[in-house]
Amino acid sequence: MAGADVDVGTELRLGLPGGGAEAAKAAKRGYEDTIDLKLTLPTGGVQKDSGKPEPAAEKAAADPEKPPAPKAQAVGWPPVRSYRRNAMTVQSVKIKKEEEAEKEQPAATAGGNGSAFVKVSMDGAPYLRKVDLKMYNTYKDLSIALQKMFSTFSATGNEGKMVEAVNGSDVVTTYEDKDGDWMLVGDVPWEMFVASCKRLRIMKSSEAIGLAPRAKDKYKNKS
Amino acid sequence: MSEEDEDQAAPPKRPRASPSPPPDQVLDNVLETVLQFLAAPRDRGAASLVCRSWHRAESATRVTVAVRNILAASPARAARRFPNAHHILLKGRPRFADFNLLPPGWAGSAFRPWAAAFASAAFPALRSLSLKRITVTDADLDLLARSLPASFRELSLLLCDGFSSRGLASIASHCRGLRVLDVVDCEMNEEEDDEVSDWVAAFPGGHTHLESLSFECFTPQVPFAALEALVARSPRLHRLGVNQHVSLGQLRRLMALTPRLTHLGTGSFRPGDGVEDQGLDFGQILTAFTSAGRPNTLVSLSGFRDLAPEYLPAIAVVSANLTSLDLSYAPVTPDQILPFIGQCCSLETLWVLDSVRDEGLEAVAMYCKKLQVLRVLPLDALEDAEELVSEVGLTAISEGCRGLRSILYFCQRMTNAAVITMSQNCPELKVFRLCIMGRHQPDHVTGEPMDEGFGAIVRNCSKLTRLSTSGRLTDRAFEYIGKYGKSLRTLSVAFAGDSDLALQHILQGCSKLEKLEIRDCPFGDAGLLSGMHHFYHMRFVWMSGCNLTLQGCKEVARQLPRMVVELINSQPENQRPDGVDILYMYRSLEGPREDVPPFVKIL
Repeated sequence: MAGADVDVGTELRLGLPGGGAEAAKAAKRGYEDTIDLKLTLPTGGVQKDSGKPEPAAEKAAADPEKPPAPKAQAVGWPPVRSYRRNAMTVQSVKIKKEEEAEKEQPAATAGGNGSAFVKVSMDGAPYLRKVDLKMYNTYKDLSIALQKMFSTFSATGNEGKMVEAVNGSDVVTTYEDKDGDWMLVGDVPWEMFVASCKRLRIMKSSEAIGLAPRAKDKYKNKS
Repeated sequence: MSEEDEDQAAPPKRPRASPSPPPDQVLDNVLETVLQFLAAPRDRGAASLVCRSWHRAESATRVTVAVRNILAASPARAARRFPNAHHILLKGRPRFADFNLLPPGWAGSAFRPWAAAFASAAFPALRSLSLKRITVTDADLDLLARSLPASFRELSLLLCDGFSSRGLASIASHCRGLRVLDVVDCEMNEEEDDEVSDWVAAFPGGHTHLESLSFECFTPQVPFAALEALVARSPRLHRLGVNQHVSLGQLRRLMALTPRLTHLGTGSFRPGDGVEDQGLDFGQILTAFTSAGRPNTLVSLSGFRDLAPEYLPAIAVVSANLTSLDLSYAPVTPDQILPFIGQCCSLETLWVLDSVRDEGLEAVAMYCKKLQVLRVLPLDALEDAEELVSEVGLTAISEGCRGLRSILYFCQRMTNAAVITMSQNCPELKVFRLCIMGRHQPDHVTGEPMDEGFGAIVRNCSKLTRLSTSGRLTDRAFEYIGKYGKSLRTLSVAFAGDSDLALQHILQGCSKLEKLEIRDCPFGDAGLLSGMHHFYHMRFVWMSGCNLTLQGCKEVARQLPRMVVELINSQPENQRPDGVDILYMYRSLEGPREDVPPFVKIL
C-alpha cells in the first residue's frame, strides 16, 4: 500500500496540527467513518449546515497553505432551502462541465474530448477489464457498469453473492490516483475523479481498513 | 345586525303554545344555514365574535379549521370548539427553520397529542389533514392510518420531516378510500436501500380512489412496476407527481395510463437505462403530450429534476393551456425557454431559475400577459455568484405582466429605479419578496441604499400583504414601511436598518402586522418594547442575531402573560451571558409547552 514506507516525520501534512495519532494508521490524516458508496456531492461554497456562522476566513487562517478563502457566507443566507440548494449544486456542476465541453469542442460527443480508459481489477477475478470513464456521467452509472462487467465472476464460488456484492457492503471500490495513492471511490465530484483516476480496484471490505482518507481537502489545496 | 337585535329581544316576547321548535333554536338553525356559505377564514373569525349565539353557530358549522401555529391551541380545545371539522390544517415550525436557523428537535413531539386526538375520533367527520413544517414520525402516521375514520380521504405533508417510507406504507395500506396523498418538499428520514418500504405496492389491490399522488421529494427509487400497476388501477388519478428516479420512458408509460391528467410532476425528464427507455425518441414524447386531449386538459407541469434539454420543446404542444409551470429544478437557458414560452399565453404561475437570464425574463414578459405569480430562484445560491438576472429582468417583467400579484426574485444586485418602476406598473402586487443576495448591497448604479425602492413598493401597492426586504437599508426604509404598509401582514427583514428606530417604525406603523421575521439587524430591547401594544394581535415574532438582552425579553414576558416567549440557543458555546441568540414568541391559549429541548428557554 502506498504510504506504508513513508517516514512519518518528514511527511507533508495539510491537516490541523495535533493529529499525530492518525499518522500511525498509514494514512495522511484521519478518515471519516462512513465508507459508504452513497454519493452526495459537496455543497457549493463553504456553506455548512451545522448552524455555526463561522466565517471561512477563520478556516483559511488555520491552514495557511490554502488559497485565500471566498467571502464569508452567513448561515441560512441567501434564504434558499437546503434541499433545493443541494439539488442545484449538482445541476450547477453539470452545467459548468457542459459549458466547458462546448467551448473546447462544439461538435464533441457527450463524452467530451478523448477517452479515459482505466484498468479495473477485482479481487479473485482471473483477468482484468478496462472501462472508459468518460462514458459515464455519475458514480451510479459507473457502478452499474462495473456490476454488469463483473457479474460473471465469483471469487468465493458463489455467483449470486458476487453479483450483489459489487454494489453492496461486501466490497469496496477504490482507485489509484495520479500520486499513486489508493483512494475510496465516491469522495470527490465526478469530474475530479475522472481527471485523477488511473486505475480501479474492487476489493473486499475486510481489506479496506486503513485506506487513504478523504481526497476532498487534498484537491482543494491543489486548485 | 337585525338578527342580533331579535336574538336579544326574542325570549320574553313570544309566548307561543304551538309545537314548533323554540325561537332560539329556529334562529340558530337559520344562522347555521346562512353561515355555511361563509368560507373565508377571516370572515368566519369575525362572525364568531358577534355574540354568543353567532359564536356557537359558527363553531358548529366550521368545516375548515386552520391552526396556523400548532403550539397555540391544543387538540382538545380545537375539538371542543369545532367538532364538525372536515379539513384541518396544522402549521408547525417558523419559516426561518427552512434555512437552518432553528436547531433540529425544536418541537419534535408537537404533533403527538394531535395524532392521539385524531386516533380517538375527536374529529369524527375528518376528511382531510394538511400538515406544514411539522415533525411527524412513522409511529404517528401508523396511528393515523389505523384509526382515522372511514371518511378520511386526503393527507398532505408539506415541508414535514421525521418520517420514512414505512409511514407512507402504513397510510397506503390502511387508509381505504384515500384520494389524495401529497408529500411535498419533505425531508424524509434516510433509509438504507434494503430498508425502504415499497409503499406504492402497499396500496390495496383492485381499483383505488386515488385522485392525487405526489412524491417528488421522495429520495429512494420507487419500483417502477409497482408504480405503473398502481397508476393503471387508479382511474380517477388526475394529479401525479413522481420523483427524480422516474425516467422519461417510464413517464411516457405512466402518461399512457392517465388520460385525465391535469397536473403532472414529470420526474427527471431524461431518458434512463431501463427497458422503458429503449429506442426512446423525441417523437414519442411529443405524442405522449398530444394524446388523450392533453393540450386541453393539462394545466400544470413541474418536475424536470434532471432535465435533458433536447426533450423540453415537447411541452410546447400543451403550453397554450398551461396555467402553472415549475421549472425551478431545471437550469433552463434562454435558448431553451424560447421554443415554448411564446405559446404560454395562459400562464399564471411560473417558477424558474435565474439561468433563464434577463433575456428569458424578457420573453416571459412579452408572452405571458396573464402572469400572476413569478419566482426566480438562484442556480447558485451564493453571495458572490455570477450575476444572471438583474434589474433589467425585473423591469421587463413589470412592464409586461401588469397583473402580477406575487413575486419572489433572487438577484445579485438591484437598482431603486427598477423597483420603483415595478411598484408603478404592478398595482395588484400583494407579495413582494426581493432577495438581493449580497448582504448590504446598495443600488449598484447610484450607490444609494435601497430605501426609495422599497418605499415606493409600500406606497404604490396598496394591496401589499407580504414584504421581504434585502440590500442596504437605512431606518428611512422602515419609516416608509411603517407609514405606508398599512395592509402588511407578513414582513421579513434581514441584515438591514441602522437602529431601534427602524423596528419602532414597523411595530408602531404596521397596524395589521401578524408575522414578523427579523435576522441579523441592529435592533435591541428598546425597539422590541415599542411593540408591546401590538404583540397580542400577532401570530409570532422571530428575531435572531439582533441585540436583544435577557432583560428585554423578560419584560415582554412579564407584561404579556399569554405570549410564549422562547429564547433559543443555536450556538451554545458562543453564548454571551446576557445576550439572546434567537427570540421566538407567539401567542398561545395553552401556555408554555412542556417538551422543551435543552437549547430552549421559555420565560
